[in-house]
Amino acid sequence: MATKYDWPAVEDRSLIGKRHNRVDGPAKARGAAKYSYDRNLDGMLVARLVTSPVPHGRIISIDTSTAEKAAGYKGHVNIMNVGDEVQWVGTEILAICADTEEHARDAAAAVNLHFEILPHWVKDEDVKKAGEANRVQPAKDDTKGPDFEAAWDSADETVEGYYGLGIITHCCLEPHGQVVDWTGDDIKVYASTQAVARIPADLARGLSRDESIGTVEPDSVEVITPYMGGGFGSKFAIDTWGIACAKLSKKTGRPVKLMLDRDEELMVAGGRPSDYGNVKIGAKKDGTLVAYESETWSTGGIAGRGSPPLPYVYDNEERLAQKARHLNVSTNIGPARAWRAPNHPQAAVLTMCPMDDLAAKLDMDPVEFFKKNADLTARPEVYRYEIDKCAEMIGWKEKWHKRGDSGPGPVKRGLGLSLHTWGGRPHDSTCEVRIQPDGGVSVNLASQDLGVGTYTTLAVVAAETLGLQIPDIKVNIGNSKLPISGASGGSTTVGGTSASTRRATVNALEELKGVVAPSLGVGADDLVAKDGKVFAKSDPSKSLSWVDACRKLGNRTITGQGRQPDRDGGKLNDSGVGGVQMADVSVDVETGVVSINKIAAVQDVGLVVCLEQSESQVYGAMIQGVAWALYEESIYDQATGKMLNPDMEFYKLPGAGDIGEMEVHMVQNKYDDRGVIGIGEPPAISPGAAISNAVANAIGVRVSTLPLTPDRVLAALASA
Amino acid sequence: MSCNKPCDGPVKGPQHEPRKGFSRRTFIEGVGIGAGAAGAIGMTPEARADSSELMGPDPVPITLNINGKSVDLEVEPRVTLIDALRNQLDHTGAKKVCDRATCGACTVVVDGNPVYSCTLLAIEAQGRRIETIEGISTEDSMHPVQVQFVENDAQQCGFCTPGLVMAGKVAADRNPPPSMAEVESALSGNICRCGTYVGVRKAVYEAARQGGA
Repeated sequence: MATKYDWPAVEDRSLIGKRHNRVDGPAKARGAAKYSYDRNLDGMLVARLVTSPVPHGRIISIDTSTAEKAAGYKGHVNIMNVGDEVQWVGTEILAICADTEEHARDAAAAVNLHFEILPHWVKDEDVKKAGEANRVQPAKDDTKGPDFEAAWDSADETVEGYYGLGIITHCCLEPHGQVVDWTGDDIKVYASTQAVARIPADLARGLSRDESIGTVEPDSVEVITPYMGGGFGSKFAIDTWGIACAKLSKKTGRPVKLMLDRDEELMVAGGRPSDYGNVKIGAKKDGTLVAYESETWSTGGIAGRGSPPLPYVYDNEERLAQKARHLNVSTNIGPARAWRAPNHPQAAVLTMCPMDDLAAKLDMDPVEFFKKNADLTARPEVYRYEIDKCAEMIGWKEKWHKRGDSGPGPVKRGLGLSLHTWGGRPHDSTCEVRIQPDGGVSVNLASQDLGVGTYTTLAVVAAETLGLQIPDIKVNIGNSKLPISGASGGSTTVGGTSASTRRATVNALEELKGVVAPSLGVGADDLVAKDGKVFAKSDPSKSLSWVDACRKLGNRTITGQGRQPDRDGGKLNDSGVGGVQMADVSVDVETGVVSINKIAAVQDVGLVVCLEQSESQVYGAMIQGVAWALYEESIYDQATGKMLNPDMEFYKLPGAGDIGEMEVHMVQNKYDDRGVIGIGEPPAISPGAAISNAVANAIGVRVSTLPLTPDRVLAALASA
Repeated sequence: MSCNKPCDGPVKGPQHEPRKGFSRRTFIEGVGIGAGAAGAIGMTPEARADSSELMGPDPVPITLNINGKSVDLEVEPRVTLIDALRNQLDHTGAKKVCDRATCGACTVVVDGNPVYSCTLLAIEAQGRRIETIEGISTEDSMHPVQVQFVENDAQQCGFCTPGLVMAGKVAADRNPPPSMAEVESALSGNICRCGTYVGVRKAVYEAARQGGA
């Protein structure tokens, strides 16, 4: 049933779904946006971490006597204690602060640690060796659909192969960390976080565990994060360094800044689990997929972690026989954190690559093969439409050739595709919209903008609802004292915050109409707010400008409340989307270097609020995809247990010239009735599988594991 | 990663005569941005041999020319320009990210060239013209590159943006305006993690066509 909260019909939208400049764009382009790392408070001290140089050991002694005599030393707090066991290099042992950054580094370097060394294990790809080292946890088995053996026997063509991808780390450009200013009962935290509203309780809990501090109320903590420099799933918690930083602030009576160094950031504050596996897949002669079996293993640190949903997207339980076995490998490396679309990029590689190999064996065009089996997905119509659209964008018909049939010369060109899905159920959110007597409007909620465009989205929602323009709206987010809103993770923010903001704005406008109606001599129901005016539908000459309408409030400020979920609040959002990406690559078979010619993406996210920022999310996901498909990987050394590349020279990321051409098509006006659905994760899933398939198409052989570095490409060619 | 494409941009990195009064070798100051700029640029035999006066380890008074203004401060000789700018002068537009001359987030313009300020000592920046992102705009007016960053949505989290803006500014101000390949080359020493390059390339290319500064 239609409600007053519903999104306006397509013909009534003046801002939603259109292109807009980012509201916070000028502040960022001018370098004026203040991030946590940029806070320089009066009297502020600087803290550094002292971390474990050993991958596994028990702390025998922590000697700070020399450090305490270092110039500028102001204090330290232990994070771990003598007798505690460390499980990875980089484990936080203590935090130490001084009057300057240089002195803090000197003091940290003067701390002496001694360990009893215990055996470690950091390798995950060779599961047999990991098993021999007693590092493989019991398997998780999952069997679904028709009888597997019968289905396998009925297949006309089969592929059995090995596929995988290594560990990557988030490498947020603003490292994890914060400035804490603890004065009396008031704890201000300038935290680089994806969870503004969650940090107060998290910090209070962490501090209250320390008997010398006693109970800390979450309400005494104020988190201030107007801008944050990247999270991608790794910045939900206050972490040990946040708690230590607060303790140092209390201890010294001064504000303290503690931001991780780059090597710490890469070793302990990020990490997407690896995934490797043997996959068996079978189809009928006509391309109908009948059976999929996987035995996979992964690591995300000492707890294992990582369990890809397999088979991926093509997972119909009625018609596809499925067997999946997953093993976790326990390693002494920094623990995994959520990475855009946890487990899905891995699942895409472990499904879409074997499917592509099977299409080649069946002598079928992968576009036809992936489309033919679309009935095995939850969204056959969406995917068929998206595959056709994406094929058109990349020029599939003109450019595709059979696998390996790429002509003479050392540079081979190829095409590949992949499909993905994600939920993106909106998070809970409350919002207060204020309308002031001078016409000012503010949207207030304790959300955050990770760079995705939250400021812009909420300004668009409120302006559209009130018939105003984006600059007329002040969006206040990034402060935990505002109405509570969820953490930004799992593509939940835009659905949650746009709904609470829409409802709050509609409610505020209703109240304004009630105040204005008598002066225009019409009923409140007859009033509309549009084009900067409030006027009567029945007689548009009965009209007031927005500011004149608000003047009728006298001294009053209207506050409209809105929340998500709200059963009576209309159908504003949904979850569950599909997307398709295709890659066009060139591979130099003499050097093994892969370069991207073009990547095209078609993405459904229900109702698009801000077209340009949505596209930017997809571009960003594709570029990150190029990074983990071709360049980046955390490399660990079994002899020392250390990460060999915790820096930005050898942890390789692409530059502006490494990404080729990119084209994005957001599906609009097709699934708008579903409402708003998140976009952070879905486009981050497919790039690796699409690029790997394009490389296989180009050179005629599968490069088993990502990233597709020159050495792996050459090795695959040599073994073919 | 910038090794896959030919490097057709000009080699950057300050080249100048060593000044007297520094004991610290100047070998790291020459590490300019991207495009094959190697650490060896600016390392002259004279610089290596120069040991006329010892400084430090305590703070020493220095004067920097920042955005056309002369600024006095005291730094330990080991303090890099990025740390002096951010920690002492509250010029926090340039960011410290890799701190190893790889990512370009700390890019400032020194004597007209983009330079990684994490790899230039503050004491060695004396007598040179330093432009930071704070110096190229006001509340009301932005450099064309900044305008185009906004117009092309060339930013997400924004942490790499100031460095890319400064590298892009130098490229856009060039005459004749750079080709797209030259834009890519000029930006190849700056890394963005969110993935904003599509907008960034367009922004710098467009700004250059509009005459840069």
